[in-house]
Amino acid sequence: MNAALAANAEDSALHLILLGNPNCGKTALFNLLTGSRQKVANYPGVTVDRKEGQMTTPLGKRFRVFDLPGAYSLNAVSIDEEVTRDVVLGVREGEQRPDLIVCVCDATNLKLNLRLVLEVRRLGRPMLLALNMTDLASKRGIEIDVPALQRELDMPVVNTVAVKRGGASALLEQLELAVRDVVPHAATWQAPDVADVTATQREVRRILAASVREPVIDTRFDERIDRVVLHPFWGMLILAATLFLMFQAVFSWAALPMEWIKGGVEAFGQLLAAQLPEGLLRSLLVDGIVAGVGSVLVFMPQILILFLFILALEDSGYLPRAAFLLDRLMGTVGLSGRSFIPLLSSFACAIPGIMAARTISNWRDRLATIMIAPLMTCSARLPVYALIIGAFIPQTTVAGVFNLQGLVLFALYLAGVVSAMAVAGVLKMTVAKGLQHPLMLELPSYRWPHGRNLLLGLLERARIFIHRVGNIILALMIVLWFLSTFPAAPADAIGPAIQYSYAGMLRHALEIVFAPIGFNWQISIALVPGMAAREVAVGALGTVYALSASGDDVAAQLAPMLAAGWSLPTAFSLLAWYVFSPQCLSTLAVVKRETNSWRYPLLMAGYLFALAYGAAFVTYRVSLALLGGPYA
Amino acid sequence: MKATELITLFELAKGQEGTVSTSALAGSGDAADRELALRLFEIGFVDGERVRVIARGYPGGDPLAVRVGGTMFALRRFEAERVLVAPLAGGKQVAA
Repeated sequence: MNAALAANAEDSALHLILLGNPNCGKTALFNLLTGSRQKVANYPGVTVDRKEGQMTTPLGKRFRVFDLPGAYSLNAVSIDEEVTRDVVLGVREGEQRPDLIVCVCDATNLKLNLRLVLEVRRLGRPMLLALNMTDLASKRGIEIDVPALQRELDMPVVNTVAVKRGGASALLEQLELAVRDVVPHAATWQAPDVADVTATQREVRRILAASVREPVIDTRFDERIDRVVLHPFWGMLILAATLFLMFQAVFSWAALPMEWIKGGVEAFGQLLAAQLPEGLLRSLLVDGIVAGVGSVLVFMPQILILFLFILALEDSGYLPRAAFLLDRLMGTVGLSGRSFIPLLSSFACAIPGIMAARTISNWRDRLATIMIAPLMTCSARLPVYALIIGAFIPQTTVAGVFNLQGLVLFALYLAGVVSAMAVAGVLKMTVAKGLQHPLMLELPSYRWPHGRNLLLGLLERARIFIHRVGNIILALMIVLWFLSTFPAAPADAIGPAIQYSYAGMLRHALEIVFAPIGFNWQISIALVPGMAAREVAVGALGTVYALSASGDDVAAQLAPMLAAGWSLPTAFSLLAWYVFSPQCLSTLAVVKRETNSWRYPLLMAGYLFALAYGAAFVTYRVSLALLGGPYA
Repeated sequence: MKATELITLFELAKGQEGTVSTSALAGSGDAADRELALRLFEIGFVDGERVRVIARGYPGGDPLAVRVGGTMFALRRFEAERVLVAPLAGGKQVAA
């Protein structure tokens, strides 16, 4: 009993949910109300963001605020909408029934937004309406008679401007009056039929006629932009330019902070190494944890820059338009335009890409997108490509303008994209055969991105990424360190210590597997620590070739050694292997999290391995036949 | 007023306006069709509403960007074919 009392006292805050259509500015309002006192997790059992924040009104009333996924209707058609419906009805497992429902509406688009309000009103629960973006509405000459609307809806109505400091003051005043909802309510919601919806829509139009005076909507500005932006030719050109800029930024702006992180991690490792006595603990901390986690953390700047672009494009309303432009193209292989952003993110790293797939409401589309995300060439593969291309491909000029090394790199990127499309196409013809995929995507009015919201969104991404690194990836690093450290090398060992470890013992098995595709035992061993993050393979190759250098020097010293030691077919084969490189455990761990099942990460590992092996085999055999070689 | 011949939203030419008349299709077809029809209703494709096609994809004009009420939605062909419209005279008449 005491425990129950304590729990009650702790939870004296009222539960408030923010409910509204997508694009109504709900999340901006959530940010304004709760500031940085937010935490983002998953609803149990599904991978839908559960965003909760704390808020205290000026008079000291405390609230727990929940930002529900955007929904057009309680009659859910996606997992997001199902979660929203269940939380509103108070039937979601583990979620308390809300004390107050705040319906957020875009004041410039009440015709669309009000229907959900009426649907929720039928539940007879304590609720109020926040008319958001009222500044934009009055700028457009929309006059809303708030008292009349209040009368018609029979609930409190307040004006809010979520992107302005103090823009929620009217809402806060209203919230001072809120009390705990103790009236027992039965969940009496029923899926509506056509007649219901028609009646509700009629009611929306009646209420609007009674309370809102709207000039003929001036959509000329948006439409003038859209005539170019959505144009099949000019729109594509703008999209290509935007993407080009984005990639430039991701790779050039991030270079310096990445150096800092790398330097910082190395310095920290050296500091630890100097403080600790030689031994297992030092090896675990320095070689296992610091070096391992550091190798993933180094992608943070790229990921943040990428997300800055994505968030800004999303806030401005451009992103759904990009999805519109690409929908037809993606549709030919059974994806939708919405898959575009997750796949784009995967060029930096598949982990944020797979996380971004949450924005795809259709589960099959989302799964297909997740499955092909690792085929986008992530930046972790660049160091490996750079090493091998530098060692084996001559710096010659082709057709007068193109650098041969650059061409090979481009071909590798292209190979990833083409195989992704092929895999998606196969999925379409087999698993998702004959299914029609809905698009039904709102293209909202253009808006200037809002700095504060960008910042909070970016912080959230950073937090999620670090969380992943801190949990799954840390654990994997320790396991891999164990494999490549134990058992220790005998005192009279001549080769590098890794040869004597479990990873080294695996080499006999690995050699048998990998000999047909031309990998020598050094490559086979390097693939084991390379499972942590793909680029770790470069460092691992350095270790097995017994180099004492670290960082960039490894690549510089390694290149001539590889050029002398490997045949050209072996080098090509390794490049082909890396286009698919099935061995990134971090990616598989995230897929497990995002799909809530071991089935999909295993399936992914299996198909990637098969493709990698097949491609490397064909590459090796064909180039052997064409070039001849030591093993021919 | 003479009853205009109804066409699907997909057949409405770019730039041309039309009036939604969904009653004919509502409730027909299988469960997925009905669910789709209902959602289209919910987002505003209801009887008497004005719609206009703002942009079309290439090739084949699929998907299309449609303004309905104060909102613009991108719909794929099979979605747009679930909405019947009466094309309005005037505006830019483009041969379909």
